[in-house]
Amino acid sequence: MNQTIELIVNGKQYRRTVEPRLLLCDFLRNELGLTGTHVGCEHGVCGACTVLLDREAVRSCLLFAVQANGREIATVEGLGEGPQQMHALQHGFWETHGLQCGYCTPGILMSLVPFLEENPNPTEEEIRDLLSGNICRCTGYQKIVESVQLGARLLRETSK
Amino acid sequence: MKPAAFDYHAPRTLEEALDLLAAYGEDAKPLAGGQSLVPTMNFRLAQPEVLVDLNSIEELFFMREGEGGLHCGAMTRQRTVERSAMAKQVAPLLYEAMPHIAHAQIRNRGTIGGSLAHADPAAELPAVAIALDASMYVRSVTDARWIAARDFYVGLFATAMEPGELLIEVAFPRPRPRSGWSFEEVARQHGNYAMCGAAAVVELSDRGVIERARLVFLSVGEGPVAADQAAAMLVGERPTATVLRAAAEEAATKEIDPVGDIHAGPAYRRHLARVIGERVLNSAAARAFEACPT
Ligand SMILES: Cc1cc2nc3c(=O)[nH]c(=O)nc-3n(C[C@H](O)[C@H](O)[C@H](O)COP(=O)(O)OP(=O)(O)OC[C@H]3O[C@@H](n4cnc5c(N)ncnc54)[C@H](O)[C@@H]3O)c2cc1C
Ligand code: FES
Ligand code: FES
Repeated sequence: MNQTIELIVNGKQYRRTVEPRLLLCDFLRNELGLTGTHVGCEHGVCGACTVLLDREAVRSCLLFAVQANGREIATVEGLGEGPQQMHALQHGFWETHGLQCGYCTPGILMSLVPFLEENPNPTEEEIRDLLSGNICRCTGYQKIVESVQLGARLLRETSK
Repeated sequence: MKPAAFDYHAPRTLEEALDLLAAYGEDAKPLAGGQSLVPTMNFRLAQPEVLVDLNSIEELFFMREGEGGLHCGAMTRQRTVERSAMAKQVAPLLYEAMPHIAHAQIRNRGTIGGSLAHADPAAELPAVAIALDASMYVRSVTDARWIAARDFYVGLFATAMEPGELLIEVAFPRPRPRSGWSFEEVARQHGNYAMCGAAAVVELSDRGVIERARLVFLSVGEGPVAADQAAAMLVGERPTATVLRAAAEEAATKEIDPVGDIHAGPAYRRHLARVIGERVLNSAAARAFEACPT
């Protein structure tokens, strides 16, 4: 039986009627057209689909859209205003070549937002531990670690 | 769409949830964090006709210190325990094992009850629950009972719960005086399911002799494997390196039955069990000495 849900995505209110089996990642991409959230494995392993649910990083391929009823979602589209006004983290990735194909990037960025809020000056080991939840098939991770370090520094500077 | 169609219910009270589970019987599955259930639904390995989502039942979200030690409501998120100073103090073995479960993004959703009920032989929490002599409180519309962790696990992905029953609460006893604990595992990458892991508890008498021991493995059998012969060998002994090594050896050669997969064959898992078993016994014994008044 279809259900009507109301939720906030990147600060905007949406109301849609959906099948319960619709995954949140597919809802974001196909119903709302927010294709920044990527889908890799659909069983929780790759991290490409990571979004924020009430400010915590979660896999959108392991949540049903109906479970987001009344909740707040943040996706990569809400991070920066566009190429001219990137989020500090996006700047870090841009400057330091933290991506090649970019498939993994949205999930990594969304994992990093709450991580850096909780721990603004992480060690390399803490960064690598966090990144263990996101698979990248291109970069070899070294550049991603450096991007996170730069992004974290930029964030600390802007929040001063 | 990936999963097969199902009817979705999100009850707000435990009574409603139990009614739904009673009404639909084997056709219904409770949905906790969804971190194991939803992947299996996406693969269509599981096709429940009805999902009873527990995420709106406030009564199942709690953590408190009580008579039984640390009491966790079934829906306590793994991440909540990982961040809790109370858990660190009251159930330090549980606390130590928690970061080994998957990744932060998974632990944000994954629950204590979901992991214990799922009974994955590679999961950390069932082994920890047995090592601590934890107990599970289970309810159905008509019944309510406490089950000892040791009796809760009955086989591959199988527990003593009947259809219609729901895991409500788990009690993890506090460390006893003069006792120490330890958890370790080996995985190919942090966050992956372990190829082998072990939890140990060692309790000393006031003369420095082992009074009680627990050694429980994961990923080397159909469920969590309690090495009871090894533990029995230790009782009455001083925890010297030789004694602890012999116990780990006994466990690894006689008490486990590992099956291989693409990551690790049975012989390698047995080797890991010996090495990890010895390590956790040693660090549990060292902590037990620290906990002894001098
Ligand atoms: C990439 C990835 C890596 C992972 N790595 C690990 C790991 O290393 N170690 C590990 O232990 N786990 C791992 N997991 C699984 C994860 O920890 C899950 O959180 C956990 O196994 C299940 O908890 P859940 O709350 O998500 O339960 P769900 O997936 O919602 O439910 C699991 C099962 O338990 C039943 N159930 C849930 N709650 C109850 C209840 N209260 N009463 C009765 N039945 C109930 C459900 O019906 C279902 O059959 C991993 C998962 C992913 C996606
Ligand atoms: S698509 Fe969700 S984790 Fe891979
Ligand atoms: S940049 Fe291609 S997967 Fe990470």
